[in-house]
Amino acid sequence: MNIIDIGFFAAAVRLAIPLLLGTLSELTSERSGTLNLGIEGMMLAGALAGFSTAAATGSLWLGVLAAIATGAAIGAIMAVLVLILRLDQTVTGLGVSMTATGLVFYSYRLAFTETGTPPSITPFSTIAIPYLSEIPFLGPVFFNQYALTYIAYLMVPALAFFLYRTPAGLALRSVGENPQAAAAAGVNPIRVRFLALLFAGALAGLAGAYLNLAAFGSFTFGIVAGRGWICLALVVLGRWNPFACAAAALLFGAVDAFQLRLQTSGSVDLPYQLFLALPYAATLVAMIFNGRRTAGPAALMQPYDAERR
Amino acid sequence: MSEEVPVLVLSGITKTFGNVIANNAVTLEVRRGEIVGLLGENGAGKTTLMNVLFGLYRADEGTILVEGKQIHVTSTADAISLGIGMVQQHSHAVERHTVLDNLLLGLPGSNGLLDKTSALQRLKEIGDAYGLRLDPARPVHTLAVGERQRLDIIRALFRRARVLILDEPTSVLTPQEVEGLFSALRALKADGVGIIFISHKLNEVRAITDRVVVMRRGEVVAGVDNDDTVTNLSLATMMCGHEPERVVRVPHQIGDPRLVARGIELDSHGSQSPLPINLTIHSGEILGIAGVSGNGQVALAEAIAGVKLPRHGSVSIDGVSIDNPSPAVMQKAGLAFIPEDRIGAGFVGPMALKDNMVLSRFSDAPFSRKGWINWKNILDFANMQIAEYDIRPPDPRMPVGLMSGGNQQKAIVARELAFEPRVLIIAQPTRGLDVSAIAFVHRSLMRLRDSGCAIMLISDDLDEIFQLSDRVAVMYENSVVWETPIETATVSTVGLAMNGSLPTQDAAA
Repeated sequence: MNIIDIGFFAAAVRLAIPLLLGTLSELTSERSGTLNLGIEGMMLAGALAGFSTAAATGSLWLGVLAAIATGAAIGAIMAVLVLILRLDQTVTGLGVSMTATGLVFYSYRLAFTETGTPPSITPFSTIAIPYLSEIPFLGPVFFNQYALTYIAYLMVPALAFFLYRTPAGLALRSVGENPQAAAAAGVNPIRVRFLALLFAGALAGLAGAYLNLAAFGSFTFGIVAGRGWICLALVVLGRWNPFACAAAALLFGAVDAFQLRLQTSGSVDLPYQLFLALPYAATLVAMIFNGRRTAGPAALMQPYDAERR
Repeated sequence: MSEEVPVLVLSGITKTFGNVIANNAVTLEVRRGEIVGLLGENGAGKTTLMNVLFGLYRADEGTILVEGKQIHVTSTADAISLGIGMVQQHSHAVERHTVLDNLLLGLPGSNGLLDKTSALQRLKEIGDAYGLRLDPARPVHTLAVGERQRLDIIRALFRRARVLILDEPTSVLTPQEVEGLFSALRALKADGVGIIFISHKLNEVRAITDRVVVMRRGEVVAGVDNDDTVTNLSLATMMCGHEPERVVRVPHQIGDPRLVARGIELDSHGSQSPLPINLTIHSGEILGIAGVSGNGQVALAEAIAGVKLPRHGSVSIDGVSIDNPSPAVMQKAGLAFIPEDRIGAGFVGPMALKDNMVLSRFSDAPFSRKGWINWKNILDFANMQIAEYDIRPPDPRMPVGLMSGGNQQKAIVARELAFEPRVLIIAQPTRGLDVSAIAFVHRSLMRLRDSGCAIMLISDDLDEIFQLSDRVAVMYENSVVWETPIETATVSTVGLAMNGSLPTQDAAA
């Protein structure tokens, strides 16, 4: 079997989408000045909420909505902790991720009591976009995908347009650079950061839902498997720019697809765990080569306190 | 005309922080097209009052009327929409964004989009009307301090400010830039904007204002029309409540060269690579370093103090050349350095005053013996300095970061002078200090000079340079472009050199 074929590229896109959604989520919160380490937990909670809702109602789209709502709810909790109570963002984010993970495992056991074969649903099927999907190479790779994938594509220019062309986007970027300046110009930094975290949570929830409603069709505890953490690195790699972040996500989708193929091809005789580690190792390598030269939003991780100036 | 409704009336404003009354029933009125000077020492309550007006603090009592209508300012956004604009001492702008983006920030936009076209149009109008021009495409971090201030003023005008508050607007400007600011203010005044001008610089207050209001200890103690009867002395007396002390330079003996710096080359700044700097400061001499901030003064001080070595150059003290300069080596050689960023570079803010007082010497006798710290000696030393320099609050365990700027400066001066340095480099010694604290610091410097110390005084404040220095050197784009005895310098020649208008030392000589 040839490892690099059209199927490989289609798989790369498929695996890149949750990274893309997660990266856009992290980009939004970081651009507003909040490092959201809760993303891993948000993705996992979104995955479970989406899966169990879809399993209970039989509607995949209700599952998607549930995932978005769950992610946003965790985003709201995170926002209260780091914006209102001004707790340390690193510790809080890790705490939110770990708590969410624990709760997900617990609720899963409550909801699906039978052990043995894991429950599964019929996931989204792919939709070929008329005409576009007939373009050689690009068509089958990019335009024979899931509906959620097309939504993810649209999110990239939409987010860029929002950030760079609208007053609200300018306010968001300014709050992440210098909240005092934004406040002096009449913007409420806490409000902006709060909304950014809500949106980031919603996107992270959607990324989680994609994993089992589109890509895998079942829920396992390891379904997110550190993808949230990778998104943190991809934001740096993509220099906080939606388009560059999308490219970074695609690249890592390809690495993920590559290691999956290596595992199944049997052409390289190595323990499969080594292949599993490939995306994470690639993250480190990419950071070494590219991460040092970048500077993030100036007020990233700085709590805003109107009384202290 | 006399019955015209004032553009702004603050009446009975009271604001307390815990037990401290920052504003006590303060009343202030600004008429259309009037420039009101607001004077007062540090802690007199000026800034608190302006923060109340600008929606950053909420007053406990009192009312605010804009054009006769009572308003409730609960946020900065309210204040802005009510036509109040503020130009703060430290510009609050988003460094990485362009001038245009900073102007657009907080504006509603049109159809949900940023309205760049009409913003550019408005920027041009403001440029034409008031001579306030800026390139909209430049990122803010590339702007000089004066240009940033212009940005703040333009931003207030973008929001159709009817009242403009300027908090110490001239402290960062060259004399020529001050003139530019003043002509813009006069044009605004002619358009009916009411302006509150806060400053410590009495000459400027007298030059630009129509009326002067003086605050002391949270209350308005005087309000006078700015006419011929107003003098610097009368204003300063109103501010302090007694006749202020002003340190006057008296002729004295200048000794042998103490600090000699040769061929110091700083990193390039602007288009040209900087000229090597040669400086000699004699025993008992103060060399004033003038220049707009950001023209290499900090780099020069750090180069000589061994903090950040220059690309080339050598330093000697009392004829002994220093081979491997580092802060510790320079300190051993008798050099003391008081940087302008007191909290960032001079102190560890969260640490107690007593520990900060021995920050660089805690391992020397009598503070340490055989590797053990002697806490009692440190405490005694701190208490002695607190008493001698009247540092408040007189608590050696107080974290330095919680002390006022004036007391921090007293403490750092106390620390460095306690060890009788042979050379002192001091940057912006009185920035942000009030009249009494300034006099104190100036007196300390004079005493040190008389004892034979060679002092390099870096200051943005030309009055201070002229008041204390024996010679003045002007820095521009990381070079010393002009050096002269103080007797042959004038504010205008120094001001020109600060703008780089005197090309080289040779040409000026």
